[in-house]
Amino acid sequence: MVGVEDLVHFRYYVSSKTINKLIQVHDRIFCCIAGSLADAQAVTKAAKFQISFHSIQMESPPLVKAAASVLKELCYNNKEELQAGFITAGWDRKKGPQVYTVALGGMLLSQPFTIGGSGSTYIYGYADAKYKPDMSKEECLQFATNALALAMGRDNVSGGVAHLVVITEEGVEHIVIPGDKLPKFHDE
Amino acid sequence: MDPSGLKLNFWENGPKPGQFYSFPGSSLTPGCGPIKHTLNPMVTGTSVLGVKFTGGVIIAADMLGSYGSLARFRNISRLMKVNDSTILGASGDYADYQYMKQIIEQMVIDEELLGDGHSYSPKAIHSWLTRVMYNRRSKMNPLWNTVVIGGFYNDERWLEFSNLAVCLGLFSVRLFFVSMQPLMREVVENKVEITKDEARALIERCLKVLYYRDARSYNRHEIAIVTKEGVEIVGPMSCETNWEIAHMVSGFE
Repeated sequence: MVGVEDLVHFRYYVSSKTINKLIQVHDRIFCCIAGSLADAQAVTKAAKFQISFHSIQMESPPLVKAAASVLKELCYNNKEELQAGFITAGWDRKKGPQVYTVALGGMLLSQPFTIGGSGSTYIYGYADAKYKPDMSKEECLQFATNALALAMGRDNVSGGVAHLVVITEEGVEHIVIPGDKLPKFHDE
Repeated sequence: MDPSGLKLNFWENGPKPGQFYSFPGSSLTPGCGPIKHTLNPMVTGTSVLGVKFTGGVIIAADMLGSYGSLARFRNISRLMKVNDSTILGASGDYADYQYMKQIIEQMVIDEELLGDGHSYSPKAIHSWLTRVMYNRRSKMNPLWNTVVIGGFYNDERWLEFSNLAVCLGLFSVRLFFVSMQPLMREVVENKVEITKDEARALIERCLKVLYYRDARSYNRHEIAIVTKEGVEIVGPMSCETNWEIAHMVSGFE
């Protein structure tokens, strides 16, 4: 499951308060983008092409690791010019559901769960405390929504609407939670 | 200039048609080319320790990838087995280490495919890696790592390090070089050889002190041991820490 908020800012001006930072890279693979959105979008566009080409050559859906590696190669080889981080998550037949993170310098790591972006710094504690392995879909949704709401609450440059995507073998489900429907926490 | 001495720069430094305008207070200077990030490591690893003992070499590193002062990735391996006679540990930028790892693993596979019974010696790997790092440094695009290579080849032990600038030798530690030296010297000085258990105890003690004192370390580490029998990577493990003195601390005056 992947979730993002959708605010884009240029210094102090919010350029867009509803942009989707969840990009579908292939049928069962999604990518969350963070950092300079222009860089991230350019990279995902290139990656999307490479992955669909790879999938046609292999005559099977791509592995999540392959998609993440494509992003990593693009980030690592252009590390001078780019400033974008990614979370690639999805489902494939070989290893089932997986989450990979590509950090700013171009390192690739597989993790049970991960958080990224500017707002993530405020929720490391929450995520560490509340994460449990093998959660059900509802628990996972609750965990992700709470985490996003808390991050959006404290980070000036995050906010707006929360987009969540649930990816399973059967398919992909989009959930959009508008700002006023997010869970409320201590707010004073 | 206005005769009263006041400088009215309402539009003096303002946008000019056809030219790039840089907002005041911005740190970007237009026209200086793309921003270069290779000179800044992103996710970094801290110290790597190495000790020779009778019959082999031990290398150890903790499992933390720091993102500045954030302990971001707490379960990453910074040690790799190159082949049955060589181990390698890296500190510094983790993305560059992953790149190096990929290249070395492919090199080792290609070598095995030759099938002539020879494999890379630790000295060969070290020499090659130093040249690569020097070459990258000279192109102003360094691999931002300090690498420790240890091995046991032809009954000889090898322990050297190589970093983004130059290569030097002996018990190699990255950041806390100075603070580990006395600890290590105490055990090793005046002795020609130390045993495997002494070396292991020394390494674990150093890792514990590093955890206490290095602000960018974590209490989870791996140890790689190379001997005539081959390579063994042990871990993840944690040190027992002692915080008894906390009770005794009272005030500051």
